[in-house]
Amino acid sequence: MHELSLIASVFDVLEENARAHGAARVTKVVLQVGRMSGVVPDLLESAFDTYKQGTLAEGARLEIVDVPVRLCCSDCGGEAAREDSDFSCAACGSRRVEIVAGRELVVERIELETDGA
Amino acid sequence: MTTKTISVLQDLLATNKQAAAAIRQELSSRGILCINLLSSPGSGKTTLLESLADRLRGRYRMAVIEGDIETERDAERIRAKGIPAWQITTGGACHLEARMIGRVLSHVPAAIDFLFIENVGNLVCPASYDLGEDLRCVLLSSPEGDDKPAKYPQAFLSADCLILTKADLVPYLPFDPAKAAAEALSIKPGLRIFTVSALRGDGVDELAAYFAEALERLRSARA
Ligand SMILES: Nc1nc2c(ncn2[C@@H]2O[C@H](COP(=O)(O)OP(=O)(O)O)[C@@H](O)[C@H]2O)c(=O)[nH]1
Ligand SMILES: [Mg+2]
Ligand SMILES: [Zn+2]
Ligand SMILES: [Zn+2]
Repeated sequence: MHELSLIASVFDVLEENARAHGAARVTKVVLQVGRMSGVVPDLLESAFDTYKQGTLAEGARLEIVDVPVRLCCSDCGGEAAREDSDFSCAACGSRRVEIVAGRELVVERIELETDGA
Repeated sequence: MTTKTISVLQDLLATNKQAAAAIRQELSSRGILCINLLSSPGSGKTTLLESLADRLRGRYRMAVIEGDIETERDAERIRAKGIPAWQITTGGACHLEARMIGRVLSHVPAAIDFLFIENVGNLVCPASYDLGEDLRCVLLSSPEGDDKPAKYPQAFLSADCLILTKADLVPYLPFDPAKAAAEALSIKPGLRIFTVSALRGDGVDELAAYFAEALERLRSARA
């Protein structure tokens, strides 16, 4: 529901990195989005396309890396992807599990273009 | 023209996490327990705070930060109880963020025990934003239905306590408190569950005792 403000913080990251590397344009942005991040990838994409107009990322492509939820079990130590809608250990059935992946909202990498030789 | 790929690995919530950690540290150094209330609009957050104000009076001092998209109304309801309250109007934003709380913090009197934060009514995105609270409470009112924990697992997963509200309406609704509790516990084992009717005051003392215990723990850890 707050995809636009998240995209605004993505652009802070883009501008900072473009400046640091003397780049003229951003051509690609790779974003990790966890399934439990509370964010909808489709809405992120449309927010990105709206926001990029007139910026140094005007021609950039947004690539979203979907990060599935992974659970780590406090009882048997097993780690596995979460199955269906359950929050229990796939190996031993324990409910004492920690979410070790799936909450990500991370700018993984970006592609920059520099003018000149 | 040259192209290069840069590995960034920047967490978009990192600034919020840092701001939240600073708030948690500051409040705990002041011996204040911070409680974040999350729920859909209308689950009874403000009414519960009004009832807590009545029940804590004379024993504990509280203050309230109210988050809403528009209007000062909830803060006014709390002030009418003689409790200091600040309204944060987010102007459209669907959740509170730590830096919004940070800006209010300097106004919060030093001599209080509990700082309550009423989040923007929304069971989805407030769950992703740490506000520096010590306890996160999710409210679920009986008219909303007992299937909500399974539908909004993130809120329940991140909670310390579930407050089933509007218990006085249960006889008139197809709401099964045992089912709601069981579903919430299957998502978050160990979740503390309270049943209240803020309107009648039922169960509010038990909830207040839970907050008081957490306050004791915070202060003895500090000492
Ligand atoms: N029957 C009943 N109604 C309640 C109770 N608590 C709140 N309400 C009503 O539910 C509505 C929304 O309450 P409010 O506290 O403003 O919800 P909030 O949006 O979560 O702050 C109001 O009309 C309240 O009077 C309760 O314990 N029982
Ligand atoms: Mg309210
Ligand atoms: Zn296990
Ligand atoms: Zn939001």
